[in-house]
Amino acid sequence: MSETMMTTAAVATPATTHHEEHGHHQESFISKYIFSMDHKTIGKQFLITGIVWAIVGGLFSVLFRLQLGYPDKTFPILETFFGQWAKGGQIQPEFYYGLVTMHGTVLVFFVLTAGLSGTFANILIPLQIGARDMASPFMNMLSYWFFFLASVVMMSSIFVNTGPASGGWTMYPPLSALKQAGDGQKIGTDLWLISMALFIVSSLLGGLNYIATILNMRTKGMSMTRMPLTIWAVFFTAILGVLSFPVLLSGAILLLFDRNLGTSFYLSDIVINGEVLPNEGGSAILYQHLFWFLGHPEVYIILLPAMGMVSEILSVNSRKPIFGYMAMLGSLFAIAILAFLVWAHHMFVTGLNPFLGSVFVLLTLLIAVPSAIKVFNWLTTLWRGNIRFTPAALFAIGFVSLFISGGLTGIFLGNSTIDIHLHDTMFVVAHFHIVMGVASFFGMFAGVYHWFPKMFGRYLNNTMAYIHFWVTMIGAYLIYWPMHYQGLAGVPRRYLDKSGWVNFNNFRDLDQMITIVTIVVFAAQLLFVFNFFYSIYKGRKVRSQNPWGANTLEWTTPINPGHGNWEGDIPEVHRWPYDYAKDGREFIPQTEPVGANESKH
Amino acid sequence: MHPHKFTLWVAMGSLIMMFAGLTSAFIVKSNQVGWKSVTLPSVFWLSTVAIVLSSGTVYLALRGFKEREMARYRLWMGVTLVLGILFVALQWNGFMALWAQQITFRGSGAGQFLYVIFGLHALHVIGGVVVLSVLLAKAFFGRIKIYSSIPVEIAATYWHFVDLLWIYLLLFFLLVGGN
Repeated sequence: MSETMMTTAAVATPATTHHEEHGHHQESFISKYIFSMDHKTIGKQFLITGIVWAIVGGLFSVLFRLQLGYPDKTFPILETFFGQWAKGGQIQPEFYYGLVTMHGTVLVFFVLTAGLSGTFANILIPLQIGARDMASPFMNMLSYWFFFLASVVMMSSIFVNTGPASGGWTMYPPLSALKQAGDGQKIGTDLWLISMALFIVSSLLGGLNYIATILNMRTKGMSMTRMPLTIWAVFFTAILGVLSFPVLLSGAILLLFDRNLGTSFYLSDIVINGEVLPNEGGSAILYQHLFWFLGHPEVYIILLPAMGMVSEILSVNSRKPIFGYMAMLGSLFAIAILAFLVWAHHMFVTGLNPFLGSVFVLLTLLIAVPSAIKVFNWLTTLWRGNIRFTPAALFAIGFVSLFISGGLTGIFLGNSTIDIHLHDTMFVVAHFHIVMGVASFFGMFAGVYHWFPKMFGRYLNNTMAYIHFWVTMIGAYLIYWPMHYQGLAGVPRRYLDKSGWVNFNNFRDLDQMITIVTIVVFAAQLLFVFNFFYSIYKGRKVRSQNPWGANTLEWTTPINPGHGNWEGDIPEVHRWPYDYAKDGREFIPQTEPVGANESKH
Repeated sequence: MHPHKFTLWVAMGSLIMMFAGLTSAFIVKSNQVGWKSVTLPSVFWLSTVAIVLSSGTVYLALRGFKEREMARYRLWMGVTLVLGILFVALQWNGFMALWAQQITFRGSGAGQFLYVIFGLHALHVIGGVVVLSVLLAKAFFGRIKIYSSIPVEIAATYWHFVDLLWIYLLLFFLLVGGN
């Protein structure tokens, strides 16, 4: 068999290779569901692992919100579950910092990077560009299993005696570099670093594959500018990941050396518990540069796939062509470039030279331009559309709303002078949760609701979906809007008990309200999880090949596509994917040849 | 271009970013107080010769493969593999020589960066050695004749890459890290 693979790979196009190979190869349970090389199965694996992590990460936020809302109350049930971490029913400081750190790490990396790009890049790239599978299905499989391994290591760090890493998701030294600094800085931090290294390997393997597949394996007629915007978005996402994750890896390696081998890359002149450390000449700021060189592109790694899916879903459900396809492309490109040039806006108050700071202010504010172009195009796509308010469409519209609100506060924070007042306050928490966290989650939900029929051949339950949407939408604003006021008043983030400050005590009721809403919203997410798993087995069956009346190629495959996606030849593409409401027709699939007297789009 | 080859090129871009991150960290740190420079032990010149030669032999091996001269292919692949292992061993010697000069992990200077950067590079060479061994094992013991030169081309390109990367790192340490 390996001979067939080798020889055909050289002479035939990759598309036919997989097809022929498929004919004489029986799939066992293990090769079909566990160590699968089918991009669709791998995508589902990413999605389900992501869902598990989202529940864990979300639960952590409920726990620390309990502490923030009710710092003086006790919850004996917490002691039952968490023992020494919640002595007397109160969350202990080490546990609190562990929870906050893990919440950030899990949601940023494991849910919104792996769970989002991992899922939709895998499922959509081959289906929408017309390929049988990824450029290297084997590497694709490795990508998932490295992610799984990273998950196992991260999960195990929660169960070690000294607790998980608790230096914040950014893992700044010197705190994270010194084992004497606290319980969370012991084995938990080493496990965190190892897990992240594995995670980076996973995301590189995935990203390489996405880029190679998109550039090399498009079907006949699928020129770059005929690709759906989802594919463009995951393409730029993959490029960002491939160029920025290795830099984080180098930062993490140096941190591991500092922690375990006594080097001083980040450490200098430290006295801890009365002990003078021998480390000299290191620079903690160096870590911040290395970290944020990934860290900033990372927020676009999270956001771009959501943007792409929202563009596609809004166009399909408003039955109108996407407004400004080339402008959408150009703005994605601009965001991808600018993503690499703004990292120091996370470091305005580290003693950064103010003149250098002003350059980063300018570049940061420039991001408002492509962002505004995108928002304008989404709104004009909806404008006078024949909108179908499917759950996917609602979440896509919700995304636009959140992206506007969260984006506007970014203009505040991007100004280094205002940032002096706002940095490390709840304002920052509110900003990035709305624009990056919740908005990307909305993109992800939109994607799940829209492509669930393609993934499992069944629909999600609509009633539960609408409850899920409205609770999440209203809840998101109820949770994060008040945090802006807290932040403007100077309430710091990361503090576990602010009752010692008279002026912060004014926010006691507000904090309780936020906590209650958080619990309600978390329950709504559990409803979604129930809907998801219930519908895989019991959902209404999909009866038509193209349930949404969409133009893209994935809806030309059988309702339950096998490995290889199309049964016969891969369809040829003749037009862009957004011919909706054209020449009196509701939609014209990409596979339909351009008619003789058809108007140009 | 074959998708696997293309993937390799993107992967090399990714690796360049990692080493660019490390070498720029080096530059940032070298301007700070307490920085100690390092003189490269001469054994690194020997390892340079080994890896540059191996780039030539892997080229000869690829040409042998393409001309269906399997004996020549096996010979030059074997030589490349030996040179690769020799390179790693020489790097190890270089580390030992530095360690003997009291340049340990203690402190923060060019020496500590050298261990990290050269060490990571050596790991990538070891990865290449593993690939070469697999290809060579297939050439000697494989029952199936493989006519596609893609795997060999990919291995050769990667090998040239770690060679060029080494030359960059060496020049970097000579020019920037010298004193």
